[in-house]
Amino acid sequence: MEAVHEHDHSHDHPTGLMRWVTTTNHKDIGTMYLWFSFAMFMVGGVMALIIRTELFQPGLQVVQPEFFNQMTTLHGLIMVFGAIMPAFVGFANWQIPMMIGAPDMAFPRMNNWSFWLLPPAGTLLVLSMFVPGGSAGVGWTMYAPLTVQQGMGMDLVIFAVHILGMSSIMGSINIVTTILNLRAPGMTMMKMPLFVWTWLITAYLLIAAMPVLAGAVTMTLTDRHFGTHFFNAAGGGDPVLFQHIFWFFGHPEVYIIAIPAFGVISQVIPAFSRKPLFGYASMVYATASIAILSFLVWAHHMYTVGMPVEAQLYYMFATMLIAVPTGVKVFNWVATMWKGSMTFETPMLFAIGFLFLFTLGGFTGLVLALTPVDVQLHDTYYVVAHFHYVMVAGALFSAFAGVYFWLPKWIGKMYDETLGKWHFWLSIIFFNLTFFVQHFLGLAGMPRRIPDYSLQFADFNMISSIGAFGFGLSQLLFLYILIKAIRSGEKAPEKPWDGADTLEWTHLPTPAPYHSFETPPTVK
Amino acid sequence: MSTQPGGYYLPSPSHWPIFGSIALFLMAFGGVLMMNGAGGGTATLVVGVLVMIYMLVGWFGTVIGESESGKYNKQVDVSFRWGMSWFIFSEVMFFAAFFGALFYMRVLSVPWLADADTAALLWPGFTAEWPASGPAIAEQFTPMGAWGLPAINTAILLTSGVTITIAHWALKENKRSTLNWFMFLTIALGLTFIAVQAYEYGHAYKDLNLTLESGAYGATFFMLTGFHGFHVTVGTIMLIVIWLRCLKGHFKPENHFGFEGVAWYWHFVDVVWLGLFVFVYWL
Amino acid sequence: MRLKAFSRLLFLATAMLMAGLASAEYQLNLKPAKTALGEAVYDLHTLVMIIITVIFIGVFGFMFYAIFKHRKSVGHQAAHFHENTTVEIVWTVIPVFILIGLAWPATKALLEMRDTSAPDMTIKVTGYQWKWGYEYLDDDVKFYSSLATPRDQIQGDAEKGEHYLLEVDKPLVVPVGKKVRILTTANDVLHAWYVPELAVKQDAIPGFIRDTWFQAEETGTFRGQCAELCGKEHGFMPIVVNVVSEDDYKIWVAEQKSAGGAAAYDPGKTYSVAELTSAGEAVYKAHCVACHQPNGSGMPPTFPALTGGMISTGPIANHLDIVLNGSKKNPMMAAFGAQLSDMEIAAVVTYERNALGNSLGDSLQPGEVAAARK
Ligand code: HEA
Ligand code: HEA
Ligand code: HEC
Ligand code: CUA
Ligand SMILES: [Cu+2]
Repeated sequence: MEAVHEHDHSHDHPTGLMRWVTTTNHKDIGTMYLWFSFAMFMVGGVMALIIRTELFQPGLQVVQPEFFNQMTTLHGLIMVFGAIMPAFVGFANWQIPMMIGAPDMAFPRMNNWSFWLLPPAGTLLVLSMFVPGGSAGVGWTMYAPLTVQQGMGMDLVIFAVHILGMSSIMGSINIVTTILNLRAPGMTMMKMPLFVWTWLITAYLLIAAMPVLAGAVTMTLTDRHFGTHFFNAAGGGDPVLFQHIFWFFGHPEVYIIAIPAFGVISQVIPAFSRKPLFGYASMVYATASIAILSFLVWAHHMYTVGMPVEAQLYYMFATMLIAVPTGVKVFNWVATMWKGSMTFETPMLFAIGFLFLFTLGGFTGLVLALTPVDVQLHDTYYVVAHFHYVMVAGALFSAFAGVYFWLPKWIGKMYDETLGKWHFWLSIIFFNLTFFVQHFLGLAGMPRRIPDYSLQFADFNMISSIGAFGFGLSQLLFLYILIKAIRSGEKAPEKPWDGADTLEWTHLPTPAPYHSFETPPTVK
Repeated sequence: MSTQPGGYYLPSPSHWPIFGSIALFLMAFGGVLMMNGAGGGTATLVVGVLVMIYMLVGWFGTVIGESESGKYNKQVDVSFRWGMSWFIFSEVMFFAAFFGALFYMRVLSVPWLADADTAALLWPGFTAEWPASGPAIAEQFTPMGAWGLPAINTAILLTSGVTITIAHWALKENKRSTLNWFMFLTIALGLTFIAVQAYEYGHAYKDLNLTLESGAYGATFFMLTGFHGFHVTVGTIMLIVIWLRCLKGHFKPENHFGFEGVAWYWHFVDVVWLGLFVFVYWL
Repeated sequence: MRLKAFSRLLFLATAMLMAGLASAEYQLNLKPAKTALGEAVYDLHTLVMIIITVIFIGVFGFMFYAIFKHRKSVGHQAAHFHENTTVEIVWTVIPVFILIGLAWPATKALLEMRDTSAPDMTIKVTGYQWKWGYEYLDDDVKFYSSLATPRDQIQGDAEKGEHYLLEVDKPLVVPVGKKVRILTTANDVLHAWYVPELAVKQDAIPGFIRDTWFQAEETGTFRGQCAELCGKEHGFMPIVVNVVSEDDYKIWVAEQKSAGGAAAYDPGKTYSVAELTSAGEAVYKAHCVACHQPNGSGMPPTFPALTGGMISTGPIANHLDIVLNGSKKNPMMAAFGAQLSDMEIAAVVTYERNALGNSLGDSLQPGEVAAARK
């Protein structure tokens, strides 16, 4: 066996750049996902800063309105599809095989392709800014018929979405298959770590939702270029039809972002509480319920389009219902901490930050779920505040927690704990400075996606912009911490976290070897 | 090329995926240039498609080679089954988006356009019926009837579902010549379907004045049948590959997932057609 | 240690900031409503805020208690329980009841909000890129309403006025205490008609009519904005509603009818270039400036310059054609024939040929526009 391996390494495994281009190893691919995601986070973040700079004070100062709209669009798309989703797929790649005792992913070659579809898609998105007429200035929701008025940048965005969708679908098929088929003997479904469960459920959401998005943008494309009338009343279509199809994808999409984040938190909190996760089974059922419900509530994004009132009532009730399983999760996490023996290293800090602020964002979601209130707040900054609480303080913070938590296992070195704590405190303070005040703006009626605003909104916008720059700079610290850990971090102990009890900590050395489980472990 | 002691096959590094990515990038970029009338579009697109074909041939060739040299075990086989099932499910969801559009227009938006204030203020005189081309499209068209060619095509596709099942059964019984013949029959039926469909499109454009631009009906008709036809074409190509492999003596009675995967796909295409026949042509 | 001191400092700073916010006159909540329905919405929002604040404090009270008491550094030993069916059922069921309690008033408010029956008057509101068209269906009054803030304020070359970006050339006027039904639609892309203090927001969808209503309880001026991304000037299409007394409203309607707007012209008269140019400036500012810019420079490649433009300095018939019938190549250049009167079109075309750096000296008479319409 060893001899065979030697043979492999010397002949089949390219080195240098080609190692990364051709790799079929889940860890290499996970690493690439994570770095790609971070790069995209920077790109999307710089776009956010352009937005915030223009909004620093009333008047048009730095950018033209149409460029502003393009920044909003690309910021949304890049953050969602380029930064957050790939980050969690990166975690899935690194962790799932290790956590279920598998040698690798089920389809390692396809896994490579799932990743390598991202750079062309990202390139198309960025390229769209440089074609005549610029990128699409339509918002990440791409509502018809504004899309029909756009230039060729819109088409580039459409194809980028297609390719991103293919990547997600292939990645998800891989994850589902790995989880269902490659578990070590004895690893029954109800023994899987919760992170694995959340990814299984997320992968189903992706497989069901992404093709629908592909359909929606395909119809947009044919309406633009081939004379179809899907979204045009003149031919019997309806612009609102686009919204229905988009949100049938879009609402599950927000849980696609949230559920893996729940998974990471469900690993971190027990580890630092030194106490098993409270209510494992109910966590699984709650996650599954959220996933199912997420396909039944999409039109809560469309309360103002003029649906029949019965439909509005249904969507309101269904949406409110999601608070129940999400509440179960929140209560379970707090109960896990209850009577634990807690320590507060950086991963735990980010997990607590997540818990606190995600719940806050969930509550504003509940406010928006109430149709009469949403009619006031729809398309205002209140919505912007809501979703940055669940996506930045939620998903992004959870990703930070995950990186700090598993970094020692991945690279065998420790990050700088003091700097990590700084990163947390700076992030949480500037985050709230940026986004808390946006609730007030929304309540007072400031619409979103505008490059300029009336004088009543000036002060809070200024605060928000200052916060955004602070938050952005704090992320440079994160980059520094990572580089420092990789280059000169202290050697990590075999098991840096007392309470961590999943297979990658108990059955594999630190750092984890290139091939995870050459022989499957037996799980009692 | 390391086979794990546990028996799990792990492929060695592969350059096929990156070709696929480059191909898709070129196809997307070329397509955009073409649609916007910018220079170089068609050439870029064609290069992209060629790279794509190269990649598909190479990648599947590698997989077939690995399969035939016995590298795949039972567990890999199960993985393929899960993978193919969920791939087909994702295809179902893609079609669902277009069926959703069809139902929405038939049941909601077209009636709304002929209703109450919308009709009174914006589209006076418009009445809601299906097939509709919408209130502002003057050109008339004749909808496609169900009981002519479409019914024949339904029969063709259903028969092909039977023939491929017979072929499968023959494979399991190791009756190779029955297998080969029924595979051939299935392919012939698939090709006939495509030909009939192509003829039907020509008929629609030439005689019925039914085009992609014929409002709600035209858009849903051509997009649904068009994507279906595309899937039949892909399915037929897959059948041909499988047939050639059968002729070469690939597949064993107890182990032939390559065959089964294609058969599943073919049945999926079949079922989608039934949906189309009922909701697009018939009702 | 350093970290602790720093975080305390930041905490203090944040606390002071919050205190400052609270004492100054900041708008931290929904604006007080000027309609009964608005009050119901306001109360519903207050109710949900109370509920979530209480739950929030409860849940995180527990969490912070645990964080302070159940930490390793104070020597707390971890317990080992990991489930308890009773509490799990309790915290699943109780939220359900809370939600039902919330759904009840929400349903009531919603049913009322959507009840547009028996209005006292109906106004059709059409969203255009980028202005609003108002049509009083019962009173036969019709006009457009677009941003009145001068461009130099936006560009920062002039002091910003009090109602910066929230002022229009012609506000919507409605009587107080009447149920006004608003029908929304759009000409090009989606827009949304949003006036916070009247508690209305309704998307305007091209090709469809959607409706909403309000009944203002006091007179005054209420300002809102377009609330659906509609292209580059989305931030610049405000809404102003003047709620006036019944009598003032009648006077206003009468004025609208007698003035007849710029639509009227004297068919027997030949207008001079100067007359048309000066009338055209106002039309240009209201309808064309967003794309073609105040000085006619446009924004190539998307919006062509009119200064020295192919059409705008070419044969006048083509110039009239593109304004009247729109561009075949680019739907952004809409057919203004539907929106503007003969006089207005004549004026704006003449203006474009004799201002904005062009000086062709020719003019277009309203009669010629009427003839071109057929
Ligand atoms: C991670 C992503 C994420 C998550 C998890 C959520 C979670 C929720 N969201 Fe959010 N949402 C977005 C991302 C997300 N959202 C985005 C991106 C948009 C805007 C898109 C766009 O337009 O661009 C949006 C917009 C949006 C709207 C439309 C607003 C508008 O445009 O007008 C609505 C309306 O109903 C809504 C509701 C909710 C609700 C009810 C939840 C619930 O899941 C929240 C449930 C959680 C809790 C309630 C807290 C914990 C619960 C308890 C402690 C139990 C006890 C509680 C009670 C009994 C009250 N969201
Ligand atoms: C998970 C996704 C995600 C994430 C992480 C973020 C992160 C941020 N977002 Fe965004 N956002 C969205 C998803 C996300 N957003 C979506 C979906 C929309 C809706 C789009 C639409 O309407 O269509 C939106 C819209 C949106 C708006 C509304 C725009 C509008 O309506 O016109 C604003 C405005 O403040 C905003 C701000 C920010 C800021 C300041 C951050 C910050 O957290 C970013 C911080 C990161 C950095 C700044 C980069 C790292 C630092 C550097 C590269 C160094 C350089 C830094 C300095 C020199 C200071 N976002
Ligand atoms: C929504 C944006 C928009 C508005 C508002 C608009 N235009 Fe245009 N205009 C365009 C675009 C885009 C074109 C280019 C059309 C083309 O390429 O065929 C154009 C072209 C023109 C041209 C031809 C320019 C040339 O010389 O090539 C004239 C003249 C013109 N517009 C006049 C007007 C007038 C008069 C108004 C107001 C009553 C107006 N436009 C309002 C977008 C607009
Ligand atoms: Cu009109 Cu936004
Ligand atoms: Cu949602």
